Amino acid sequence: MPGFDFPTFFACAAGLVIALYVTLDGFDLGVGILFPFAPRTADRNVMIRSLAPMWDGNETWLVLGGMVLLAGFPTAFSILLPAFYIPLALMLFGLVLRGIAFEFRAQRGAFEIAWSVAFSGGSALAAFCQGAILGAFIDRRITVVDGRFAGGSFDWFGIFPVATGLGVVAGYAVLGAGWLIWRTGGSTQVFAREIARPALLATGGAIALVSIWTPLSLPQIAARWFTWPGLPLLAPLPIIAGVAWLVAWRGLWSARRQWLPFAASVVLFLASLIGIGISVWPAAIPGALTIWQGVSQPRTQIIVASALVVIVPVILSYVAFSYWVFRGKIEDQEAVY
Amino acid sequence: MNPLLLSRLQFAFTMGYHILWPAFTIGLAWFIVFLGIAWLRTRNPAYRQLQRFWIRVFSLAFGMGVVTGVVISYQLGLNWSNYAQRTADVIGPLFVMEVLTAFFLEAGFVGIMLFGQGRVDDRLHFAACVIVATGTVISAFWIIAANSWMQTPTAFTTLPDGRFVATSFWGVVFSPSMPYRFAHMVTASFVTGSFVVAGVSAFWLWRGKEQDQTAARASFSLALWLAVVLVPLQMVIGDQHGLNTRQYQPSKLAAIEGRWETLGRAPLNLIAWPDQKAQKNAFAVEVPLLGSIILTHSLDGVIQGLKTVPESEQPPVLPVFFAFRIMVGCGMLMLVIAGTGLVLRRGGRLYHARWFQMMCMGGVPLGFIATLAGWTITEVGRQPYVVYGHLRTAQAVSPIAGGMVAGSLAVALVLYNLLLLGFFWYAGRMVLKGPGDPAPAAPVGRPAGAIGFGTMGKGM
Repeated sequence: MPGFDFPTFFACAAGLVIALYVTLDGFDLGVGILFPFAPRTADRNVMIRSLAPMWDGNETWLVLGGMVLLAGFPTAFSILLPAFYIPLALMLFGLVLRGIAFEFRAQRGAFEIAWSVAFSGGSALAAFCQGAILGAFIDRRITVVDGRFAGGSFDWFGIFPVATGLGVVAGYAVLGAGWLIWRTGGSTQVFAREIARPALLATGGAIALVSIWTPLSLPQIAARWFTWPGLPLLAPLPIIAGVAWLVAWRGLWSARRQWLPFAASVVLFLASLIGIGISVWPAAIPGALTIWQGVSQPRTQIIVASALVVIVPVILSYVAFSYWVFRGKIEDQEAVY
Repeated sequence: MNPLLLSRLQFAFTMGYHILWPAFTIGLAWFIVFLGIAWLRTRNPAYRQLQRFWIRVFSLAFGMGVVTGVVISYQLGLNWSNYAQRTADVIGPLFVMEVLTAFFLEAGFVGIMLFGQGRVDDRLHFAACVIVATGTVISAFWIIAANSWMQTPTAFTTLPDGRFVATSFWGVVFSPSMPYRFAHMVTASFVTGSFVVAGVSAFWLWRGKEQDQTAARASFSLALWLAVVLVPLQMVIGDQHGLNTRQYQPSKLAAIEGRWETLGRAPLNLIAWPDQKAQKNAFAVEVPLLGSIILTHSLDGVIQGLKTVPESEQPPVLPVFFAFRIMVGCGMLMLVIAGTGLVLRRGGRLYHARWFQMMCMGGVPLGFIATLAGWTITEVGRQPYVVYGHLRTAQAVSPIAGGMVAGSLAVALVLYNLLLLGFFWYAGRMVLKGPGDPAPAAPVGRPAGAIGFGTMGKGM
């Protein structure tokens, strides 16, 4: 296919996979983040059971994201991973703890409390690291010389990445609370409705911080957003985000539309991600590499692109089926499996 | 601290740990499918009990495999970024295919397999088990394809900047060693699974709790039938794999044999102490001619010696040499157990010989040890290359500080071993409870009317 802009396709595909991962595993991790604040053990049992059948599939989007990056942008992959060695390693260990806690905590017994800590601690650690990586990525903290990572182990660390890390923790908590409002009832739902307020406030604050900090510190981003014709074209995005935030806030206690806070928080997340995408476009690594540099060979691109176009819709359909099988409110009952 | 050595240690540990779980779950998933067929056809409740029990164990082992596997997919870039960059055009598509055709398939249906029994009907639940089991094999297919290409690279060219580019997708997938390695690994998983099932069933028979007996006998017999067929089959496959290695990776084979000089009518080193510095064996117990017979299937077959290549091109001989003997030793022990089972079956004493029950319990780790030893042979035997003959391991490592690798290795060592203890604890408790444990599998949430092939659509 001569003339087809594969790097743009892969950038969009990577964006889609990241969006799917962030929303789907986002609510898993969010439930984990809220876990220690739940009032009763019975609530925690309901919370973890609402995720048990799907967390594995949700996490798989993260693996797909990594492998699409490898196959589409090998140079960016080989720079980004060593550059983010520490936060990525911590994220992976967090995900290991979170994932295995699902299996081990369900076995009950004397160590249940340990797996509860592992579940929430792992979730929070993974969420924070993802946010910190995002912040360091936007903030141009990666040194590249001759197409290789040439920086230090802690270059990723700074005030802005820490702030985005905490922002993602808060944002996932909103998604998790939205999920619980939708999928649970009784005291668990009340808890989710109550804790969604501070989480929404923190998320709104984090989004506002990123929106103000990035154009102030990075002139390229300011130019993209605040010059003609970008201004009117991009203006709807922050408006959509603002409306979604308000809808989530006002819909928390809605008795009729219990899915609304979750849906609104998903929209909020997507609007934020698209905003970040617009800010960094067309960089594969901001300040170092565009998406047209260090790409894979046309042969590889055709194979991987075809596989994605054909198979991802099939995956989405059976994932939807699996969600449908496990639809409905999760009830407060003993889980023995 | 040397990031290369630390990265190798870290990868050896995380990969060796990870392979334990697929080595068990691929075989176990198909055993669960088989129990499902038995249940659907005979409606004998013992099969139902067994299926529920092994699904519970599967959920633990599968979880361990998933979480440790995610780590590996990122380790490729974290510790081996130069390898990732240079080989992305060859193996990148294989990894993408693995995620798309296997990981999602497993993850999408494992929820129904583990928690769906109250929500979907028997046949749909069975279908989910089949899909998950198929996913495990598809996953093995792609990852073995990637590994085999690294062992016996074909169908590629090299760009001026050193990157490998595939010239044929299927040529890369079916590299010369791939069919042998794939067959060897999948069979290994079935063998490992059957010896775990045999050992656990033997424990239930040995303990003699009334409620377990029917199920214990059924699974004991099934597992031992499987072993009788699969262990000899695995030896034939292993032999064929060896012939393939002789053709494509002669120095690996020479290391396996502890053979320094090229030789026709070669003896077999039963046991020896290879001394790589001196480039000879410190001592060796040999069987005349047997080396040529086994490795070339002829008396006069020539076996290439390690000294054909300079020492800098040789793999570390000692670990390869002993790992091979450990693997074959485990295989022999498993053959003895399977054969003993067959003899006892003819005498009608299969369920009563307590010494044999002890033997089977002792046989549980054999498959795991053999699998680990086998991967040690194939991975260490490929050194000093990561892509055999084309890319040295030393050139593959990331430009990172050794301290980070050491730190993550230390965390992995502590964390993974704690998880292993957890697995033994919980899986052990399940085994102690036995298959006859009356507690039913709780569905997730309210069963909103069982869904099945027949009723799908009605409830929408």
